[in-house]
Amino acid sequence: MKDLRLTRRRMLVGAGNIVAAAALTASPHWRALAQDAKEITVGFIYAATRNDYGWNQAHAVAAKKIAELPGVSLVEQERVPETAEVVRVMESMIQLDGAKVLFPTSFGFWPFIQELAPKYPDVLFVHAGGLWKEGDAINTIGYRGYMEEPHYLCGIAAGRMSKTGKLGFIGSKPLYFIFNNCNGFVMGARSVNPEATCQVVITGDWDNPVKEAETVNVLADQGVDVIVANVDSPKVAIETAERRGIYSCGYHTDLSDLAPEGFLTGAEWNWAKGGDFVQAWQTGGEYPNLYRGGFQRDMVNISPFGKVVPDDVREEVLAAKQAFVDDTLKLYKGPLRDNQGNEVLAEGQEIANDDNEFKLSVKWLVEGAIGETGLQ
Amino acid sequence: MEFIAAGWWGVLIAVVGGAVRVSTPYLFISLGETLTERSGRVNLGLEGTLVLGAMTGFAVCYLTGSPWLGVLAAGFAGACMGILHAIICSLPRVNDIAVGIALFIFGTGLAFYLGKPFIQPRAPMLPAIPLGAWSDSPAIRSALEISPLFIIGIAIAFGLRWGLKNTRWGLLLRMAGDSEDAALALGRSVNTIRLLATTAGGFLSGIGGAFLSLYYPGNWNEGLSSGQGLMAVALVIFARWDPVRCFWASLLFGGASALGPAVQTVGITQGYYLFNAAPYVLTLILLIYSSSPTQMLAGAPRELSISR
Amino acid sequence: MTNRSEADDVGRHSLSSAHGASRMALVTMLAPSARGFEALILSLGALVVALVLFGIFAAMTGADPIAVYRTLWLGAFGTRFSIENTLTLAAPLMLTALCTLIPARLGLLVIGGEGALVVGGLGAVLAGALLTGLPWPVGTLACFISGAAAGALWIGFAGALKHWRGVNETISTLLLNYIAIAVLMHLVSGPIRDFAVTLKAQSWSISQSYMISNIPGWSVHWGLVIGIGVCIVMFLILRYTVLGFSIDVAGGNVRAAEMAGLPVGRLVLLASCLGGAAAGLAGAIEVVAVHGAVSESLVVGFGYTGILVAFVARQNPLAVIVVALVLGGISASGGLLQRRFDMPDAATVVLQGLIFLCVLAGNALSGRIVRTGGN
Repeated sequence: MKDLRLTRRRMLVGAGNIVAAAALTASPHWRALAQDAKEITVGFIYAATRNDYGWNQAHAVAAKKIAELPGVSLVEQERVPETAEVVRVMESMIQLDGAKVLFPTSFGFWPFIQELAPKYPDVLFVHAGGLWKEGDAINTIGYRGYMEEPHYLCGIAAGRMSKTGKLGFIGSKPLYFIFNNCNGFVMGARSVNPEATCQVVITGDWDNPVKEAETVNVLADQGVDVIVANVDSPKVAIETAERRGIYSCGYHTDLSDLAPEGFLTGAEWNWAKGGDFVQAWQTGGEYPNLYRGGFQRDMVNISPFGKVVPDDVREEVLAAKQAFVDDTLKLYKGPLRDNQGNEVLAEGQEIANDDNEFKLSVKWLVEGAIGETGLQ
Repeated sequence: MEFIAAGWWGVLIAVVGGAVRVSTPYLFISLGETLTERSGRVNLGLEGTLVLGAMTGFAVCYLTGSPWLGVLAAGFAGACMGILHAIICSLPRVNDIAVGIALFIFGTGLAFYLGKPFIQPRAPMLPAIPLGAWSDSPAIRSALEISPLFIIGIAIAFGLRWGLKNTRWGLLLRMAGDSEDAALALGRSVNTIRLLATTAGGFLSGIGGAFLSLYYPGNWNEGLSSGQGLMAVALVIFARWDPVRCFWASLLFGGASALGPAVQTVGITQGYYLFNAAPYVLTLILLIYSSSPTQMLAGAPRELSISR
Repeated sequence: MTNRSEADDVGRHSLSSAHGASRMALVTMLAPSARGFEALILSLGALVVALVLFGIFAAMTGADPIAVYRTLWLGAFGTRFSIENTLTLAAPLMLTALCTLIPARLGLLVIGGEGALVVGGLGAVLAGALLTGLPWPVGTLACFISGAAAGALWIGFAGALKHWRGVNETISTLLLNYIAIAVLMHLVSGPIRDFAVTLKAQSWSISQSYMISNIPGWSVHWGLVIGIGVCIVMFLILRYTVLGFSIDVAGGNVRAAEMAGLPVGRLVLLASCLGGAAAGLAGAIEVVAVHGAVSESLVVGFGYTGILVAFVARQNPLAVIVVALVLGGISASGGLLQRRFDMPDAATVVLQGLIFLCVLAGNALSGRIVRTGGN
């Protein structure tokens, strides 16, 4: 055990800088050496239920794929709240189930992971949050796709399909990735319709179906005809939008069959990379502490188009997607103002698509978004 | 020309729409609880009944394809919870409020446990009656889209009020609630009357739950109810145990629930959590206003443990 | 004591109503040894019956009941880790149970433990973050006092509403729970938010030196000791002081108490404040021993489980300690049940509900097992 730890640590200290640089540039710098696949127990922890047609389901899908890797046995626990209880659950999995790799999937689990990780250096904690920074425990990984990129593509579709030019963005909590997604959505829409506006409503909960349904109704009453819901389970919002006869875009997983008439496209995760981390831990291979990426790194995806989307719009969306893959399209580029009138980026300024620090610091909404972050 | 509801008009329409949409579960539960309390028992377990009814309704609808069968099944599940409540409370020295809390816990747990396989699928919804079809505005059309359960609920409300005042059953029920001794003197078993009332109350509450899962928001998952069952108990007190007043009070509460998301769209973005608390604060204020230390709450059944 | 049985009889005849009987049902199970022994038998019996019912339930949904029982044991007390887990979960339950227990002795049914805990956490965080530079015992104490005071005010408000406006305390404390949580979320999202913490809405943190650590050798914080201590103190107060006796009398029959000159209003206020203080202290301990700040992580349901603990313990503070351990153990093994049997986590909720129902039904048997004077 001790030797193994030292091996990883040695490699990581040396590779630390390389990894940091790699996370900022193109291809990953590590390979999983799947030679001797030892028995390993992997634990998945969900904040809600696994089949929620949303955030947790996206992870459960990845969990199933990981369970099929050689030597892996899976334990899962649902409905673990973002409180000190997750520490107990993680420890329980480690002590009573012998888990060596844990995937605590909810965003708010990160501080608890950092609290526990130093105590169990032979356990790898993989978190879907992209928050790892220098000084955090080395047996933790933060990985997350840049959802703002597929949101940009959804915005293009929304901007083209909307008849009123009014869009709606429903966010769960006032956190940085919600704002980035919103900005992506609005900028995508305004790239094809510069007059488009987007009403932003924050519900305050990861998951509150009555409130989400009410919000969709309120937005539709105000003339919004495309919505996207950044909540843990967008199922209710999309079904409500369908009943109101307005368009909708999906989030987390493929929700296209929920709204046959109104679905445009959606932003999906690709969490399968987690399997590579498991294999690396199993075999003592290298792994990055921070792994973020958009289309270029295949961390995100878009949903199949709804039948109502015409071919020319589809082509436009796919062309933009290719531009992301080729890294020729930058999400944040000047001139850019926020919705309070301040200049964020001057003419000619550009932010790299994997500039994680910039994205973590987004506390504003772009011009065209109607609403506040409450963070200024 | 399309009239698009913008700004504060939008808020008003949203509140009206919310009042119609969200009030129906409140209506059914409060009617059910009115029956139960008029017979002299308090059933705080209605939150659990609501959730269990929602799950059962959705499950049966999904398995059989008929939403109305789901509604009936939900009512049946609620009635079973009501029977359980009544049986345990009819034992000597048992506190009905505590039993209610226990059933709240038990019912919710049971619903979540059995409902796991039904979170993902979609089930056919109850049909809607488009009362607003005359309007050009999609907003007004949507606000006036009424569920048949809403109409049924109103009918039950008026029916109950008439029944309580004018029929023999109504009189027996009220006697059980106002004076046990009088009921006993007539040779009626108070426990049986309360059993029937609580069962009927459970049946109605189960239907209220079915509304949530089969119409609006039309989904089954574990975040479906946010305390509506418990709020309905306060609502009954506010409505002075009168079924028709329950209807008006339900509209009020439904509208208040829609206020939160609605005002965010006109720019009031801070304090959305406080808006969430609005219905509870409203209830508390109403309770303080309508209670009095010396007199029985006007209209309160005298045998009721919560009215002193 | 004769006073008690007289009060019982007066209660039975002059009030002759459901509310009198149910009021008494809250206070029936407290007193001297014979009744205490009976209470123990009844509670144990209820626990056994509930476990059997749960086993049947588990069998019906495809799990082997014996394996389930073994897993319950393993997760609750089977390994050192499990025991520590159980103790950590039991500690706050002891205090929140008092929030229901103390007013219940007076015949009030308060279910506001959750709200009082939240408000207590807020009080502690404000004290700990604003009063900087104090030496650690003073600072920590300030947090505790602030939390307890906040909780006392919160439930005391409900008690005042009860006595002076006749507002039913069950409903008012229930509403206050929701209001407390909404206030917490609002404050944490803005006014007292620590914006340096980007990934969740969290309040200012208390000074690091004010936090309390674990009991040496164990992974359990000192809050456990505080919880046990407060329960013992409450037991002594309720059993051996004049205050305790006054509460018992007033709990048996309000009118008789008033006629005897007891200040019922003041007792109601006092009982509410004491109960609120206990739950508020639980919230303060969560801040000082576990989190260091408040966020929505504070809302876990300890308050509601505390109601259950109070009832199963038949409103006896010493029994609360034991019952909290049992219920803490059940909560602790929930995760293991989920993972081993693919049982939904709601299974432990079902078990808790069954225990509660069986305990309440068992109330009906009180006085039959051990014959005492008042019956």
